[in-house]
Amino acid sequence: MHNGILLTAAGWIRDILTFLFGNELLVNILMTLVGIGAIISVILTSAIVFTYAERKVCAFMQVRIGPNRVGGRFGLLQPVADMLKLMSKEDIIPNGCDRVVWSLSPMLLFVPSALIYSFFPFDDGAILADVNVGLFLLLAISSQAVLPFLMGGYASNSKYAMIGGMRTVAQMLSYEAPMAFSLIGVVMLTGSMKMSAIVEAQATHTWFVLLQPIAFVIYLITATAETNRTPFDLVEDESEIVAGPFTEYSGMRWALFFLAEYANLLSISILTTTLFLGGWHGPVLPGAVWFWLKVLVMIFVFMWFRWTFPRTRIDQMLSFSWKVLLPLALVNMLLTGVGIYLYQSLC
Amino acid sequence: MPKTETFILNMGPQHPSTHGVLQVQLELDGENIVHAKPIMGYLHRGIEKLLESRTYVQGVPYTDRLDYVSSMNNNFGFCRVVEELAGIEVPRRAEYIRVIMAEFNRIASHLIFIGTLAIDLGASTGMLYTFRDREDILDLFNLVCGARMTFHYIRIGGVAADVQPEFVAQAYAFLDKVPHFMEEYNQILSGNEIFTRRLKGVSQLSVEESLAYNMTGPNIRAAGLPYDLRKVDGYSVYPEFSFAVPVGKKGDNWDRYQVRFREIFESAKIIRQALDGLPEGEFMAKIPKVLRPPKGEVYSRTESTRGELGFYIVSDGSTKPYRVHIRRPSFVNMQGLDAMCRGMLIGDSVAAFSSIDPLMGEVDC
Repeated sequence: MHNGILLTAAGWIRDILTFLFGNELLVNILMTLVGIGAIISVILTSAIVFTYAERKVCAFMQVRIGPNRVGGRFGLLQPVADMLKLMSKEDIIPNGCDRVVWSLSPMLLFVPSALIYSFFPFDDGAILADVNVGLFLLLAISSQAVLPFLMGGYASNSKYAMIGGMRTVAQMLSYEAPMAFSLIGVVMLTGSMKMSAIVEAQATHTWFVLLQPIAFVIYLITATAETNRTPFDLVEDESEIVAGPFTEYSGMRWALFFLAEYANLLSISILTTTLFLGGWHGPVLPGAVWFWLKVLVMIFVFMWFRWTFPRTRIDQMLSFSWKVLLPLALVNMLLTGVGIYLYQSLC
Repeated sequence: MPKTETFILNMGPQHPSTHGVLQVQLELDGENIVHAKPIMGYLHRGIEKLLESRTYVQGVPYTDRLDYVSSMNNNFGFCRVVEELAGIEVPRRAEYIRVIMAEFNRIASHLIFIGTLAIDLGASTGMLYTFRDREDILDLFNLVCGARMTFHYIRIGGVAADVQPEFVAQAYAFLDKVPHFMEEYNQILSGNEIFTRRLKGVSQLSVEESLAYNMTGPNIRAAGLPYDLRKVDGYSVYPEFSFAVPVGKKGDNWDRYQVRFREIFESAKIIRQALDGLPEGEFMAKIPKVLRPPKGEVYSRTESTRGELGFYIVSDGSTKPYRVHIRRPSFVNMQGLDAMCRGMLIGDSVAAFSSIDPLMGEVDC
């Protein structure tokens, strides 16, 4: 079978490593490390690209020009300047904070955001851990992101941060339920939680966005809420609680929160692509190219949300999740079940 | 059972959403507001006292610094009271120009209101649009007086300079654009479900309550009382123009937003009529080099962007006023904040605060 770009590259690296070391176990370990390195570099690169993209997209929507000084007419070096600024900032530690919890919070937040990348199929076969319960593990790990927010909010010894931390728990818990239930529709159609199987099922049938439109909409909404972006950015609601749990952080600690936010943005876009838009499948172009094209479109959609919508209020947000999205997700499950039954009995 | 207690959250004086340096002490029970207490004075410059230690003519630029996003209206109010005190007859052309400027400034100020309300509700894009269109009005002011913010254009006895045909042409061009950009705001803000839900039915004040708090301007018109000094007093040349006074029904945040939204159209209507009928003649009355109004006292009020702007001046016959008191609408309207916030959520406090549309330069004076 014809291999994708990523697998071919991985094959070359494996050949070189086998030539150098020869020991198969050692080569396997090294290949895993190469995979991890590739994923981390994807996250870091995407953070750089997305800060620039977000500034430009935002400027485009807000009748402005956006960055246009650093690095030529289009401000291409703006992310570098931003990074240097963040690195040169003073690391301010607030009085009376719980030092250990406080410094652990940004690091711990980054872990689940990065960990879920091991379940993403970037191309045919280019997946770090193609486990049977991929989707389940993915949801389980990403829900761990609640804790660091609460830790940061609690440990900062600031009222804004505390309110932000409390809001995170309320928001993330109530949006996880409809998200999980909406994805069950996809799992029912595929009959597997394996990520590669989900993509394959879409290649043999059709994109799940057509078969599961309700689930797609619910997923888009809940994903926005899970990543704390407008209209659900109550966690870092700048007009009410300044920056929520991040209020007291500065410099590189704050940058880690920032990095995690962009890692999450990328991961929800990848998930949407994988679960609803057919993953790496597409005509003519290689799989990896199709994959990234779809991901970039989704990222633009999420940025579009952010720069168009106002923010909801905490009570509206919670009641929307429990009273609208969750029942809708359950109805979607029922409809999917009936549909599958009819399909199987007719064909 | 664990015991719960309320806690105090200080919004401001350094906070992303307070307009200027206002501190609001929110007493919170979880996310619910028990009590909201505005603390002011961070921008106090003693303008009343400054006006008392300067001559009448020197006092006009100080009024620019009161409500600095609608300075023309402040100039207008102060000049009117001095003219009444000294018995100065203002030429008709000057009155027309004053009305044009005051209404343009009202539009500019309401655009800021819409923009800041949008950004306080998290829609930062809406704000950029309103500021883009406000920029055109500032260009117009720049054309007539060379300043973008503190104009000092309306002077005692008239205006500082005559308007040029160039200004009139640009003003017409701007008026033609008004329906277009208002439609844009409708699309990005008023038509948005989240935006309307954040505002409708929130922070209601009835007519009685608004009257009890002595609120004026768009805030009381939103409650349903068509109280507009341009109609009630009919000062200057306002009775010569036909315009409506938009009123709300329930007095919630949505009505306060809608009233200002519709007032922009009414102001545009007034400007168009004034430009059409702009009389020829002098733009400045003959006033003595040294102004010595006769002994006496005068209270005169105008409808500024935020409500009833009143100046009370006591003259002892010298070149300087003996006493000046300014009735600042923002300051008085702030009284309603607590009633508007009580029982609401933190998010509503920001919207309530924004919908009163206070300006700290005027609150602290």
